[in-house]
Parts: sequence; C-alpha cells; structure tokens
Amino acid sequence: MGKFFAVLLIIITLISVYPIVTHMWWMPAAVSAHGPEVDHQLDETMVASGILFVTSQFVLAGFIWAFGNYKGKIKHWPGGHKPVVAFAIILVGLEILSLSFVGSKVWASMYIAKPDPRALHVDVQAEQFAFFFRYAGPDGVFGGIHPDKINDGNGNYFGLDPENDVAARDDIVVGSLTIPVDTPILLTLHSKDMIHNFYVPELRIQQDIVPGIDIPLHFTATKTGKWEIVCTQLCGLGHYSMKAYLEVKSQSEFDDWLKQQSGD
Amino acid sequence: MHDMSAQPAVHHHSPPQGFIKKYVFSLDHKVIGLQYYGLALAAVFIGMVLSWLMRLHLGWASLSIPGLQLFSPNGAPGGVITPEYYLSLMTMHGTIMVFFVLTNAPFAGFGNYFLPIQVGAEDMAFPRFNMMSFWTTFVAFLVLIAAFFVHDGPPIAGWTAYATLSSVGGISGPGEAMGQNLWAVSIALFCIGQLLGSLNFIATTLDLRTKGMTLARMPLSTWAWFITACIGLLAFADLLPACILLILDRTAGTSFFNPAGMVVSDTLLPHSGGSPLLWQHLFWFFGHPEVYIAIVPGFGIISHILPAFTRKPLLGGMRVMIGCMIAIGFLSYMVWGHHMFVSGMNPFSAILFSVPTLIITIPATVATLMWLGSIYGANLRFTSASLFCLGFISVFISGGISGFFLAQPAIDTYLHATYFVVAHFHFVMAVAAIFGIFAGTYFWMPKMIGRMMNETLGKLHFWLTFIGVYCIFMPMHYLGLAGNVRRYASFTDDYLVPLIPVHKFITIAALLTGAAQLIFLYNLIHTRWWGPPAPDNPWEATSLEWSTTSPPPFDNFGGRHLVVHQPPYEYSVEGAPTDHIMQTDPGPVVAH
Amino acid sequence: MRTKFFALLAVFALAGSAVLVTAARPAGGSITGKVTFTGTPPKMKPIDMSKEPYCQKLHNPPIKTQDVESGPGDTLEDVVVFISAGDQGSAPAGTPVRYDQKGCQYIPHVAVMMVDQPLQIYNNDPNAHNIHPLPKVNSEWNKSQPPGAPPIDTKWDKPEFISVKCNIHPWMHGYFVVLKTSHYGTTGADGTYTIKDVPPGKYTLTAWQEHMGTQTQEVTVSGGAATANFTFKAMPY
Repeated sequence: MGKFFAVLLIIITLISVYPIVTHMWWMPAAVSAHGPEVDHQLDETMVASGILFVTSQFVLAGFIWAFGNYKGKIKHWPGGHKPVVAFAIILVGLEILSLSFVGSKVWASMYIAKPDPRALHVDVQAEQFAFFFRYAGPDGVFGGIHPDKINDGNGNYFGLDPENDVAARDDIVVGSLTIPVDTPILLTLHSKDMIHNFYVPELRIQQDIVPGIDIPLHFTATKTGKWEIVCTQLCGLGHYSMKAYLEVKSQSEFDDWLKQQSGD
Repeated sequence: MHDMSAQPAVHHHSPPQGFIKKYVFSLDHKVIGLQYYGLALAAVFIGMVLSWLMRLHLGWASLSIPGLQLFSPNGAPGGVITPEYYLSLMTMHGTIMVFFVLTNAPFAGFGNYFLPIQVGAEDMAFPRFNMMSFWTTFVAFLVLIAAFFVHDGPPIAGWTAYATLSSVGGISGPGEAMGQNLWAVSIALFCIGQLLGSLNFIATTLDLRTKGMTLARMPLSTWAWFITACIGLLAFADLLPACILLILDRTAGTSFFNPAGMVVSDTLLPHSGGSPLLWQHLFWFFGHPEVYIAIVPGFGIISHILPAFTRKPLLGGMRVMIGCMIAIGFLSYMVWGHHMFVSGMNPFSAILFSVPTLIITIPATVATLMWLGSIYGANLRFTSASLFCLGFISVFISGGISGFFLAQPAIDTYLHATYFVVAHFHFVMAVAAIFGIFAGTYFWMPKMIGRMMNETLGKLHFWLTFIGVYCIFMPMHYLGLAGNVRRYASFTDDYLVPLIPVHKFITIAALLTGAAQLIFLYNLIHTRWWGPPAPDNPWEATSLEWSTTSPPPFDNFGGRHLVVHQPPYEYSVEGAPTDHIMQTDPGPVVAH
Repeated sequence: MRTKFFALLAVFALAGSAVLVTAARPAGGSITGKVTFTGTPPKMKPIDMSKEPYCQKLHNPPIKTQDVESGPGDTLEDVVVFISAGDQGSAPAGTPVRYDQKGCQYIPHVAVMMVDQPLQIYNNDPNAHNIHPLPKVNSEWNKSQPPGAPPIDTKWDKPEFISVKCNIHPWMHGYFVVLKTSHYGTTGADGTYTIKDVPPGKYTLTAWQEHMGTQTQEVTVSGGAATANFTFKAMPY
C-alpha cells in the first residue's frame, strides 16, 4: 500500500506540474508597460513554488515508500528538529524578503506612484451591469456628476446636467474604452450602485470600484488591439455578463475616433 | 498556570433519564459533540448537492435539471438554473460549508466530545451553556435553510455578503430582500452559539484538567481546540455586531455601509455617510481568523493521530507544534487586509498586510516539515485514519503553496477574484480540513459509538477521494492563471468560452468524487448498527480517551479520577516493555 | 306564392337580427386625436450597444433613446391617452399583451394593459436579459431570461405607470402602463390615437408622456367620433 501511495503521489505531482511547465492554459500576453514586471514576479514565484511543491510531495512519497509497513527499529530525523526549523525559517524568510522587496516596487509603481501629469483622463462609471466611459470633450473639462440626474433610459449614465453645467455639454459618453497606444492613461473609477471591478487580464491590472469613492487607476498600453474589460466583484445577477471592450488604437486612429465622437 | 488541579470544579450531574434528556436536550458533552457532528454531516451533504448543481450549470449552461423547477419555480424555470439562482446556490454552498461544516465538525464536534476526556474531566465547565450553544447553532441552521423557501429565494451576495449588494435590500437583486435578512439573522445566531462554545472550551481547558494533566501534557488536539477557541472568541465577537449593523442598514434606514448618492436601477437611495469598505474590514477581521478556526483543529487532529500510526512522537515534540499553532493564531489577526488588496483601501496598506501574510507561511511550513519528518524512520501503519493524515499533508502543501502567490499584492492584481483563489481556499479548507474530519472520524468513531468502522470501505473512500480532489481542484489553478473570473454563473466572454471544456472535466470529477462520499456515509450507517464491537484501545494509542471504555460511560471515566503521569505521545520509548505508554501509566517518566 | 313567403321571412329574420345586434351594442362612439408639442424637445442620443456585439451589429446606425419620440409635424409617439374619470362600459381585459426583447430593445417601448390582464414577455435575442420592473404600488420583481427560455407570464393587480429596465443592458428602458379602463389608445408614429367603443357620455381624458408628464381634458362622446387633441410643452432638457 505504501508503494502504491508513493507512486500515486508522484504521478499526481507530475501531472499537476505539466500544464504549468507547458503553459497549456496560461496568461495572455501582457500589453501594458508594467506587465512584464508583474510577469517576472509571477515567474519567480512559480519557479520557487514549483521546486517546493515537487520536492515536498516527492519527499512525502519517498518516506511513505520507505517506511510504509517498516517494522525495524524506529529512527529519528538526524539532527532532530532544530536544523529543520532553522532551515524553514531561513529559507522561507529569505524567499519572503526578496519577493516582498521586489514585489513592493512593482505594486508601488502601479498603485502608489502618481500618474503621469500628461496622462489622458477617462472617467469610468460602473453600474449593474455595464461600464460607461466619459471623455472631457473639446473643452477639456469634465462636467460634474449629479446622482439625482442619473437616468439610464435617456443615456445619462453619469448624471450630467448639461442644462446648467456648460462643461458637461460636450462630454463624450460611450460604451467602450478607446485609448491611444503608448500613452499614459488615467482612469477615475466611479460606481453608482454596487462594488464592481475593472479587470483587463492583458493589462495585468485590476481595481475594485467602490460607490462613494473616486478611485484613480493608471497604466500605459503598449500594443494596439481589442480586449475585454470584465467585472470581477460580485455585483448581482448580471455579474457574469458585465463587460466592455477596450480598444487600443494608434495615436492617429484615436484622434480620428475622438473627433468623430465630438461631432455627434 | 497551575501545574495540578485538585478536584474538578463542582458540576456533577446525575445520569439523565428519558429519551429527551438523554439524546435531545442533553447536558452531556459527548451527546452534544455527536449532535454537532450529525448537524455537520447533514450540512455537508446539502452543501455538496448545491455544489453539484453549480458545477452542472457551469459545464452546461442550458442544461435542464429534471425536477429542479418543482423546488424553485422562479430559480429554475423549466429546470434551467437562472444566473440569480446560480448565485443563490453559490451563496448557500459557501455559507453552509464554512459555518455549519468546517466550524462545526472539527471544533464543536470532535472538540466537544474529546476535549473534556483528553484533559480528564467529567464534562465541560458549563454543560448548560454547551447545550444552548448546540441548539442555537441548530436554530441558526434552520433559519438559513428557510431562505430556500421564501418567495424571492436565497441571497445572491456570496458567503462574504459584501455591501452594498447586501446592504440595500431587494432592489439590488432577487434574494436580497427576505433571503439576505434570514442569512444575517442565521449568522448572528451562529456567532452566539460559537461564543458560548468557545467560553466552554477555554474554561474547561484551564480549570478542569485532572491531577497531573499539566498544560504541557495535554494532547495536541486539545491544544488545537483551546487555541481555536481563543481565536474564535475575538472573531465571532466581531462578526456578530457586523451582522447587526447589516440588518440595520437593510431594514432601519441606517447608513453604516451605504454611501450617499447611490442610484440602483435608476432609483436614488436616501442613505448617506456609510462606507462599503467598513463591511469588508469587519467581515475579514472575522473571516481570516475563521479560516484558521477551520484548519487549526485539523492541525491538532493530524498531529494527534499521526503518532499513533508512526509509533513515534512528532518531530519537534509538543513545543514546536504548539508554537506553530499559537503563532498562526496570533498572526491570523494581522492579515485580514490581504483579502482587500484591490479593494480601494490605501494601497500602502497592501504592503503592510502582505508581510505578515507571508510570515504566516513560516509556522505553516514548520508544521508541515514536522509532520513530514515524523514519517522518517517510522513504523508507518496504514489505516483509513492514517491515510487521511498522510493525504492531509499532501493537500495542505498544495493549498498552502498557492497562497504564496496570492499573498503578494503585485501578483494578486492579476489573480484576485479568479479561479486561482477558488483553488487555493478549496484545497486548504474543502480538502485539507475535510481530510482532518475524515481522519478524526475513522480514528475516533470506534470510541464514540463503540463499534469499529469497515477498514476496506474506509481505504477505498480514501483512494477515490484523494484522486478525485486533485482532479477537481488542481485544474482550477490553470483556469485562474488564464484569467478565469470567479462567481460567474456562465462563461459568455470571448476569452472564457475556450475554457469551458476544463470546467466540464472538473464537473465530472466533482460528481464522481461526490458519489464516492456515499461509501463513507454507508460505512457510518453500517457501523452504527452492525459494526463489530470496539475495544477500549483499538489503535494502541496513549491519550486519556483510550483509558476508558468504547463508548465512555456518561461521566467519562466511571467514577474514577485519573491521575496523569506521562506526556501524550510516548510511543516506542527506548527500553519500555511495549511500544506505547499510556498517559496514566505511573512508570518512570522518560526525560525528553 | 311560396317564394314570396320565404323572401318575406328572410327579410324579417334579417331585420330582426339587425335589431338584436344593434340592441346588444349601444351606439359606440370613438375618440381620436393628435398629440403634438410646442417648443424644443430634448435631443435623443444614439445608444452605444458595444458591450453586446450581436445587438450592436443589428442597429447600424445605432437606434436612439426613446424618452421623447418626436415625428414630422411636431407629433409625439407612444403617448398613452385614456379615460381617467367618468368611465363606463369598459370591456374586460382581452388577449395577453406581448412584450418583446429584440435587438436589445423593448418592443413596444410602452406597453399598455389593463389590471390583471396577462402580460407575456419574450426574449428573442441570443443573449440573456433581465426584466426589472420598478413599480411603487405594485410588487417589484426582477427575473433574468436566458436565451431560449420560455416567456415570462405575469400580470399587474393595481393601476400604475411602471418603469421597466434591463440591468444587463442598462439602456433598455420601457413602460408598463396598467389601467383600470379598456378605453385607451397609444399614439403611433404619426402622433394620432384612437379610442374605440366609447359609450355616449362626458369623460375626462388623460394623455401621459413619460418625460413630459400628463395633461387632461374633458370630452363628450355622442355616438360618433369625438376629437381631443393634446399639446405638450417641450423643453430642451
């Protein structure tokens, strides 16, 4: 029985590791400026974890094989527990220190560092179950948000008041996020009802959107293309269908697009 | 801490008479322990059926499940699960499993039964509190189950019930009216039951130990229950007011969690001044210690059972394992923010929470290495109980390692709310903690009901379950790495559709593994009525529960006041006549 | 001789049945009219359906919001005109009212029905919708309807103007107008409405437009067609 258990453990371990090593189902290619650093952090962690996982499961298998139904004199781990405990503390401790140190830098660059002052601002409104995006329009100023004016039926997702608020009159409100490539983008995330989340796997960025708080999120996309923005914070029955498209265009295509929107 | 307690505190009660006093409203900790275990058993089967329904829907979204429309005409018209009903099933699955299974069985169930016996007491310190704690928990369960039968169905906000989805009432979605109210009341009642239980465990451990039972001689399972009770006291004391505040926001117009300016379905709500993040802080300040409440008894149970089947004490002895459990209990209160890295709280705090989260890896790693090192050179015996102990080590390693990724905010920015998280917590809770319950069952059932369980069926149960859980939960890591978001009723996004075949595989594995649990259920039932009688000490183990009959008499030791001389794991002591020395053995105490 | 007898019998039979038929239905009048506006109505906005590519592809150019549907000659569509006081001879609720979700749009935009009249809601799209009526007097409900699901059968038991929306496609917005009377009409694209089978009498007529509110006027019906036109004052915001 011990040998069967040991072999089973080894098979399970190898089968588990195989899809990781071969990237059978893997992260999509990163398309943001900070993406490669996040991937590097993940790869480092994967290698360390992989070694720990395989080693520990193999050791378990090895011990079960060797001592399953062993009837001889009891042996104790050579050196007792002290070296093992010390080894664990030092190994894990070092691993923690290095990953924390490097990882904090990546995290800080994404979430603590101030956005580029030249960033293109886009306002984001999240609601059950869609995202809407607002550009400031030719006047470069966003109109104010008035919750009592929100009316989805007539397209006023942000609660703008163009009657009294001149700045709101040329604001552009659309259902997809269109941005230029290689340009710093600053999103201000608003939610009008539940907690939602802005997640683009390819951008390697995710942020909860909380009603009552205006949350900044900044990144730079490094490739043109079309990807999905999905909500990852449970927000109601339509949570699974809450998405919008992110379109990264070349600068000239983006300028044309923006001009077209202003014309409407 | 006093070294020796004289006579136990006065609480003698004479043997109960009559069916109601003996088996229903019993003051006997053994009956109460079995009642908790029975409640957990009922709950786990309900929770498992809910998971089958969820998994069927995830694999085959338009599948009509015959008869489901009779149970819920609104939730499953034509037998097809609607998105809102999927979320209801998911919410009830999580709530039932975390509270009524993982907190009940390993802690309230086995702990109630064996803590007094393992310290040599006649009963818990407060038998009436103990009875009240079970019945409060039972009523809490009924209140929760009632949510299935209200008009709008069970709540849809998940077992985590985040505001503002859970805090504004029915307008946020179906099930969010009466269903969510029932949930909050149920959990509040559950907290009260647990607080009463924790008080009992702590008082009994500190005050009712028999003569010679120093704290250092308590078995590791008792230590685990004691530490868990301490964790639980603070944790449940936090969740109870949180639930009350939630009920107030939903029904009394308060705004603890609801900010100003909320417009839900074009309806401007009158709340003002609240913070949705406050709910998350209150919840996770409970929630993270809660998951250690779920696993620390498992640590104790594995650490207690493994020596009996390796015939040697744990590597590191008592001190290292106790130290690990205390460290985990203490650190568990410092890490709650790792559930909130991307929640919108100050991103600097993410770094602060990440450090203790990574540090908690250390006692967990040390504990795992102690178990691993204990197998080296052991006379390893394979029984159903020991197989589940060995399996626990494997699955705890698997589950713990995925935590390593999630503890780092920069990586969590990708993996948060994906199936990677689902894989992680299912491995450590649904698998490791459940393996602890199985190990405890196979080990202690002979003592509890006086009959031996069938070993062949037990081993078959283990092999099928062990393979099954890896088939179910290992692929979820890959889904998470591919960015598969969790809590989705179906997969309609362009990038998710290609992952559906993996979900189908997981569903089939889940159904088969679930079916294998029927072997365990059959074994329990068969043992109860037709199992061969169990001797006092079938496993040749050493702690006090094996110094009494199977099952023990109503006062645990038949009027004897045991005197303890030995530490709890004196196996294969050099020069001893047998390979195990009972704790009551007055022979020379070997210096360790 | 015989032919003459049968011919007379036929004439009497016909005359008799004509008398019977006209006696069963009193001289039914009708009310017609046109609803127009003065001033400048708000600009309807094109709807961005990009989150649902199937629906986005169906509407090129995109459809516009519908809270004020104006037409040539400053007419208004989807105005509900009904007898709000003095009503008599109201017929019982008829066949089920059908409400369709098609191309991520509610058709009709305003569905009028009587109290307790069956309402059937169909999903004709390959994607799920949820129907979330927001009544203040009737009971609120919220149900999703996956593609291929059977129609939702429901009804309302109190008169009310009920706003209905889909949360999955937040631009989808419509109304269930629940009335006590069977004497109602809705203006079409040309701004005209007709209310049939109105017994002679004096009535108060109400015209309801979802954005511009209600207007009332008195109308007398005496066997023929009475006319009642309404003019709403439109504002740009």
